[in-house]
Amino acid sequence: MILGVERVKKSFDGFVAINGVSFSIPKGEICSIIGPNGAGKTTLFNLITGHLPMDEGKLTFKDLDITGRPPHQICRLGVGRSFQRTNIFPRLTVFQNIQAAVLVHRGKSLTFFRPVESFFQEETGEILGRVGLKEYAQTVSGSLSYGFQKQLELGIALASEPELLLLDEPTAGMSAQETHQTIELIGRITREKGLTLLFTEHDMEVVFSISERIMVLYQGRLIAEGTPHEIRRNPDVQKVYLGETR
Amino acid sequence: MSKENWILLLFILLLLCIPLTESRFYVFLGTDILIFGLFAVSLNLLLGYTGLVSFGHATYFGIGAYTCALLMKKASVPFPLAFAAAGALGGISALVIGFFCVRLTKVYFAMLTLAFSQIVWAMAFKWNSLTGGDNGFVGVPFPQFLDSKVRFYYFTLGVVAGSLFLLRKVVNSPFGRILTTIRENPERTEFIGIHVKLFQLIAFMISGVFAAIAGALFGIFNHSVFPDILFWPASAEVLIMTLLGGIYNFFGPVVGAAVLLFVRMQVTSYTEHWPVILGFTLAFLLFFFPGGIMGFLQARFARPGGNR
Repeated sequence: MILGVERVKKSFDGFVAINGVSFSIPKGEICSIIGPNGAGKTTLFNLITGHLPMDEGKLTFKDLDITGRPPHQICRLGVGRSFQRTNIFPRLTVFQNIQAAVLVHRGKSLTFFRPVESFFQEETGEILGRVGLKEYAQTVSGSLSYGFQKQLELGIALASEPELLLLDEPTAGMSAQETHQTIELIGRITREKGLTLLFTEHDMEVVFSISERIMVLYQGRLIAEGTPHEIRRNPDVQKVYLGETR
Repeated sequence: MSKENWILLLFILLLLCIPLTESRFYVFLGTDILIFGLFAVSLNLLLGYTGLVSFGHATYFGIGAYTCALLMKKASVPFPLAFAAAGALGGISALVIGFFCVRLTKVYFAMLTLAFSQIVWAMAFKWNSLTGGDNGFVGVPFPQFLDSKVRFYYFTLGVVAGSLFLLRKVVNSPFGRILTTIRENPERTEFIGIHVKLFQLIAFMISGVFAAIAGALFGIFNHSVFPDILFWPASAEVLIMTLLGGIYNFFGPVVGAAVLLFVRMQVTSYTEHWPVILGFTLAFLLFFFPGGIMGFLQARFARPGGNR
């Protein structure tokens, strides 16, 4: 198991956002979490990456207890993430965005007197190529189109060479064509690098096409878990979730 | 050598020539600008590079000034040692104060830096037996080998140039790049594996060391230290210099210090309404030239995409 989530609870001012969620993800699996708005998907991600402290429960990453650890430590252990709303370094160039993550990953963030330009040109270029942003390397990232900013986010997450990648709505706000391209990209990178992927997504077509396993979150609880085939046939899921939108 | 470095070299040559004019005024103004230029650049490491608004930066300047002056006069410590001690104490006090400040963000961070600066000011103000309190600590001599205004000017030029050289290396290093990612997006920086508060604290400490060095120079330059240099308007003034010159350019704060000190000297000889003029200038600047003087010049003349 690469990730273990045990009886995790989190409430905000009395509102129970996550109510005793448990699951585990084996290495190399492509796994998704679905659920209606407000089901607690993003909160769950924020708990796993250490962004929010949880009230109860336990988290393990590769058999290591990571409960209560800060985000920077969890990142360094090998958990990468992207955010629902794009979360980049807007005044820096695309190249600099990726390079910063490479610098940290390779342990050079406390180098004080050597010019930053001399570091990891090749490695950064390789990641830029991987996420299809090579020709925008010198563009100020805040001026990129929304779709490209999402791709950049993915690039930043990949630059830390994570073993487990959490993507929060990787195609939110994208056009149909951008969605298609992004999903293809994510699928390809995951297979090539042998990553374990956990993602949330509102586009059911995307979810059912690439997930090996789907978990359904509803009002802070996991109400179903299984292969896309099983989930499609689950009456509870149809009732609370699929029935609502289709 | 890059174009920027050529301009710098030319500029340093020009500064070396100032005493040749034999004008006491220019030597005085030059020394003043160099000292405040370093002070403002040290603040900008926080403001422009790390995105931390410190409203109590005069603390470290003042600690540097008092440390150097007190050690020399009260304890007869030789100047080089007292000078180094000033930088060290500036760094240590920034480490201690920063330890608490970086726990807060944005306006709370600014308020806490202000609170600590008022505590240090009150200590200097009340501790008569050590600092001379309100009457100041006067009669600080020039060190023996720097016993003229011109020699002290050259010494200041050397120290400031050396300090700026080091600081420029730091902001252009991987560490400096991480500071800018913290400025841009602390949350995301945490998720690329950076202990953000630790990096902010290191920046705070480096900033404190160089502010204290500038302060130590200032105390010797004036032969005296008054608690005023620790009071909050002093923190506001260096903030204004930095904004005026431009926070997104390494040398912006030096330009800001030069313009502010020069204009103030001119204006105050004609009118006593300097604060009003300063206020209007600043308001105008923030609205129309948020990048400060250097930001404006860069947008106007530099190649597009240049980032320092």
